[in-house]
Amino acid sequence: MAHISLQNLSLSYPVLHGSARSLKKTLFARARASLGSTKSKVGGALQNGVSGLEVLALKDITFDVEGGERLGLVGHNGAGKTTLLRVLGGIYETSSGSLSVEGETHAMINPGSGMNQELTGRENVHLFARRLQLDVKETEALEADVEAFAELGPFFDLPLRLYSAGMSVRLGFALATVPRPQILLMDEWFMAGDSNFQAKARVRLESMVETAEILVFTSHSLDILREWCTRVLWLEAGKIVMDGKPDAVLDAYEAFVAESG
Amino acid sequence: MTETSPASPGSHNDVLQMQNAALVAGVKKRMSPLGMALADLVETARLWRLGVMLGVLDIRLRYRGSALGPLWMTVTSALMVASMGIIYSTLFHMKLGAYLPFLALSLMLWQAGLSSLISESCECFVSAEESIRSVRQPFLLQAVRMLTRNAVVFGLNLIVPFVVFVIFGRWPGFDAVLALPGLLLWMLDGVAACMLLGSLCARFRDVPPIIGSLMQIVFYVTPIIWMPQQMGPNSRLLIYNPFYALLEIVRGPLLGTPPALSVWGMAIGSSLVFGLIATVVFVKVRARLVFWI
Repeated sequence: MAHISLQNLSLSYPVLHGSARSLKKTLFARARASLGSTKSKVGGALQNGVSGLEVLALKDITFDVEGGERLGLVGHNGAGKTTLLRVLGGIYETSSGSLSVEGETHAMINPGSGMNQELTGRENVHLFARRLQLDVKETEALEADVEAFAELGPFFDLPLRLYSAGMSVRLGFALATVPRPQILLMDEWFMAGDSNFQAKARVRLESMVETAEILVFTSHSLDILREWCTRVLWLEAGKIVMDGKPDAVLDAYEAFVAESG
Repeated sequence: MTETSPASPGSHNDVLQMQNAALVAGVKKRMSPLGMALADLVETARLWRLGVMLGVLDIRLRYRGSALGPLWMTVTSALMVASMGIIYSTLFHMKLGAYLPFLALSLMLWQAGLSSLISESCECFVSAEESIRSVRQPFLLQAVRMLTRNAVVFGLNLIVPFVVFVIFGRWPGFDAVLALPGLLLWMLDGVAACMLLGSLCARFRDVPPIIGSLMQIVFYVTPIIWMPQQMGPNSRLLIYNPFYALLEIVRGPLLGTPPALSVWGMAIGSSLVFGLIATVVFVKVRARLVFWI
């Protein structure tokens, strides 16, 4: 049974830009700093860490997700939604707090996840099959399934860079869901498909959740969140503001946006 | 188009689902940095085929659309060896037959071997930025990818000294087999270079040019276009250059002059130190790497 559990999880990461990117300048800055103190204070979620500027992207996150739940993440840009997805997907690691994810996880942060833009759709499916360590027969099955679901027609044999946004989404979504991960993490990109595709995607996701699997996704479209989720988590500046039934959380979020906007 | 058939027959999915255990296994609870680095290594070993595929694709994409494909490298290398051979054999007052096989082999071993391993390892994580930030995968997979790419280029470039050897009728004999353990050591050094230089270059973007200029100096102080004997009595000092030792353990056997044990000692010793530093650095920074690239 798939299960996600987070306990007081925090994550901060360095912001590297300008001279922080230069070895020479960093060494000089260190030498100068050891001679005299040149401390600067930055407010908000930015803090001065050991290696320069750090962003506290997630702060004290605690929640549990049981099998069969469809969890939506809502919040302003930079609230930490995608960061949270990356943590759940094992892309970002943190030593602060504890995290347990039981079940095979697949994170689709963007439609081109792990794909090569120069390769054709078919070649990318093969690359993906290698990632999953499928054998020849299973690769053929995957290829047939993805081709049927994505409905790309002749574009399936053209390089990805020629795809429209919608076509990339079709391929990315097909690849993400055909192998049936127990936990699927998706960023808002997958809403880019047309309505026909969205209906198809929805059937696919619903069948997934019926078998006690977990879906976590972000979106700015409150309608989609209302319709698709069984639970919504509202994040603001890396903290959980509210966690509960979609209607309750989204009403509060809407009121908040109307007030501050 | 109807929405009734979301793709696949169930049987396909069942097959896939069974195999799916191989998909990203759930994130495990807290592990030490060393444990995580080991897990990275184990997962890389499991996924080595993917690394090889990525490396081969890199080469194929780099030369897609050119008629000769990667053989272009062989052609330019041959041109360089021929022109440098003529000029330097004159400068050094050496017979072309004695000098050209040496130059062709040394230059290719350096250019497509050691030097290329170092410079490509600098880019190994940065160039895979997009994929690392969107898919969970072991970092060392990029080392396998880099090694594969280099092995292909290396093999194609080795055609040049091979042809030169044929022309001048120079055969190393059975000793040539002794080059294989040397090449194995190069591969291990390549992995270490990825861990150390790959991480360093991800954090500090001015490191690749620094490494580039250092390698330029190494090129001139290492007997690559000149022969060790030309140093006269001072050639004893060459052993203190680890790049000389590393080069010689592969070049010596192929020229029919297997290197002394001291050269092997230096090559293995310096690789051990390098590997140790690389491992310590990699274990320490691995979890931060994704934020740096």
